[in-house]
Amino acid sequence: MLQEESDLALIIAQIVQKLKGSNLYAQLERQAWASLQRPEIKLESLKEDIKEFFKISGWEKKLQNAVYSELNVFPLPSHPAAPPEHLKEPLVYMRKAQGSWEKRILKSLNSMCTELSIPLARKRPVGEQKELLNKWNEMGTDEPDLSLFRPVYAPKDFLEVLINLRNPNYENGDSHSFRTHLGLIQVPLKVKDIPELKEFFVELGLTAGQLGIDDSTQVPPELFENEHVRIGQKVLSEQDSAAAQQYIRQGSPTALRAELWALILNISSQPEVLLCFSRDTSVLGHFAYNSASPPKSYIRGKLGLEEYAVFYPPNGVIPFHGFSMYVAPLCFLYHEPSKLYQIFREMYVRFFFRLHSISSHPSGIVSLCLLFETLLQTYLPQLFYHLREIGAQPLRISFKWMVRAFSGYLATDQLLLLWDRILGYNSLEILAVLAAAVFAFRAVNLMEVTSLAAAEAVLADLSTLKVMPLLQIFLFATVT
Amino acid sequence: MPRMALTRKCRDSRLGAGSTVLNLIELQEIMFKNYYTAFLTIRVRQHTSTHTPAKWVTCLRDYCLMPDPHSEEGAQEYVSLFKHQMLCDMGKVLELRLILRQPSPLWLSFTVEELQIYQQGPKDLGIWFQVSPTLPASGQYAFALQSPSMTFPKWLSHPVPCEQPAPLLEGLPDPSRVSSEVQQMWALTEMIRASHTSTRIGRFDVDGCYDLNLLSYT
Repeated sequence: MLQEESDLALIIAQIVQKLKGSNLYAQLERQAWASLQRPEIKLESLKEDIKEFFKISGWEKKLQNAVYSELNVFPLPSHPAAPPEHLKEPLVYMRKAQGSWEKRILKSLNSMCTELSIPLARKRPVGEQKELLNKWNEMGTDEPDLSLFRPVYAPKDFLEVLINLRNPNYENGDSHSFRTHLGLIQVPLKVKDIPELKEFFVELGLTAGQLGIDDSTQVPPELFENEHVRIGQKVLSEQDSAAAQQYIRQGSPTALRAELWALILNISSQPEVLLCFSRDTSVLGHFAYNSASPPKSYIRGKLGLEEYAVFYPPNGVIPFHGFSMYVAPLCFLYHEPSKLYQIFREMYVRFFFRLHSISSHPSGIVSLCLLFETLLQTYLPQLFYHLREIGAQPLRISFKWMVRAFSGYLATDQLLLLWDRILGYNSLEILAVLAAAVFAFRAVNLMEVTSLAAAEAVLADLSTLKVMPLLQIFLFATVT
Repeated sequence: MPRMALTRKCRDSRLGAGSTVLNLIELQEIMFKNYYTAFLTIRVRQHTSTHTPAKWVTCLRDYCLMPDPHSEEGAQEYVSLFKHQMLCDMGKVLELRLILRQPSPLWLSFTVEELQIYQQGPKDLGIWFQVSPTLPASGQYAFALQSPSMTFPKWLSHPVPCEQPAPLLEGLPDPSRVSSEVQQMWALTEMIRASHTSTRIGRFDVDGCYDLNLLSYT
């Protein structure tokens, strides 16, 4: 009992500490001061009256949403003896692997700069500045010559690194009879099996209504859709972040999605200066719980002197080939650049960063790959074995889907239904389950192919797939 | 000087044990970093009286450190075990024995590292012992227990005294206690901040200059 109490106190202390630096704190302070003018606030019962005022005016709800957001995003306070790198990633060999991968990326970027004789960053020469100001209004049509630039890395380079990941304390030798894993990922992370997934994704079950299934034209809207929309409107009017997250597990109506996502991600409605993602230094905060670290550089000539060390790019994130696919679907939801940017930034620091850094987190790409392979090997063993025999390891095909969270592969409305569930369950595991479900769906065709190229061809076009029926069948309607 | 020995018991290579001779008065907390140990059992030999010989008593039985011994979960976590979790009274401990179990054949070795033992002394001071990290996978050896070489903030060496908690208001902890935890958190963040480089978070330029040529590898 004593331990649980002090754990709770520590969590509360940590959240208070975090919120103290936020905009919300300043606003609450201002509101509290302003409320002193109100007649119902009496000096004798000041604390209680202000609390009551916060409750009635909706500020308490905003605070609740902020606390809920913190609980979702930040890991629980770890043991006091654990160093900060342990919070980023507890397994030492994974931290080392991430470090080596980062070094490779830095080398690649540096050699590109050297080859092309281009500095990483510099102030524009005066002539260029003048030219740019003259053309300011036509900027969108004027593109710099990018033909000499190549992507820093592509997803398949990253996959090779993951395939070679090894735990030095793991018996990789002959005890294969005990634990055969025929896939590409060779690290023993804990992944959920189908019974555990069914429990985790219980709201996707056959007895619950789903948007993406029960809102199709053949189904009368009175059965599910109308009521679901009504509940969604209520959730929005209550401005309850936790309720919104629970609600969206069954999908979001198109008309409510933009607002629901903003509520779940706790986006402020304050107009914010729109920053180009690479220059947004607030993104650096997520490196506290990301196994990756931001690259460093030194102002020209001052190599090694800490006072001249800076982060580059300012947000610490080096994008890879296809990175913009994380943003593209959001453009369908948000027309206002400020909101669009905030949503993208929040999605990135909560979810997408896990898709391109090496960590043992259950939503990290390594776990997703292992989950995908394990599901396939366990529940579709014949298919898995066949594909492996013809040199078409399934992960080589599905990796690119998962790393981009299926963006660019599914039809947009389907993608948004999928991302609804990422938000609802605060987990990326659904990407691995969907990948396995897609293979299950096309199993008959895949059993007939005899090469990797042919397998790729069978799985090349996912644009006609309906995501929710696939997931539901795979999890709840397949005889295991 | 107190000595610590870690031996492999019997021929079962999945079992490791270590015992340490201490002159503890009352054991408060045991802290360590796990390395692939699945279950931990702790036995103590306590001083009873001058006439009866001291007996070994199990104070912690098969405490689970890894929920699935075959996977990585919990394998490298920091763990604290407190007096109130023990099966017996932890007063007058003469000797302490740790028995490590790892039933899975998948791991090459397993141990516990950075073992620290906190006691409640007569002057209410925490005195702790540090065992050198990473023990080899097999064989007998002994360590000398070192005295602390690092200064820790006061709160680390003053373990939270076991007092009766204040009555809870609607299941929430006592606010004054929360505020003392906030102070502890602050101390912790200060410790972390001090161990980092002086580079400010969020800085991409120095005095308005952001001319950069290459990225650094360190």
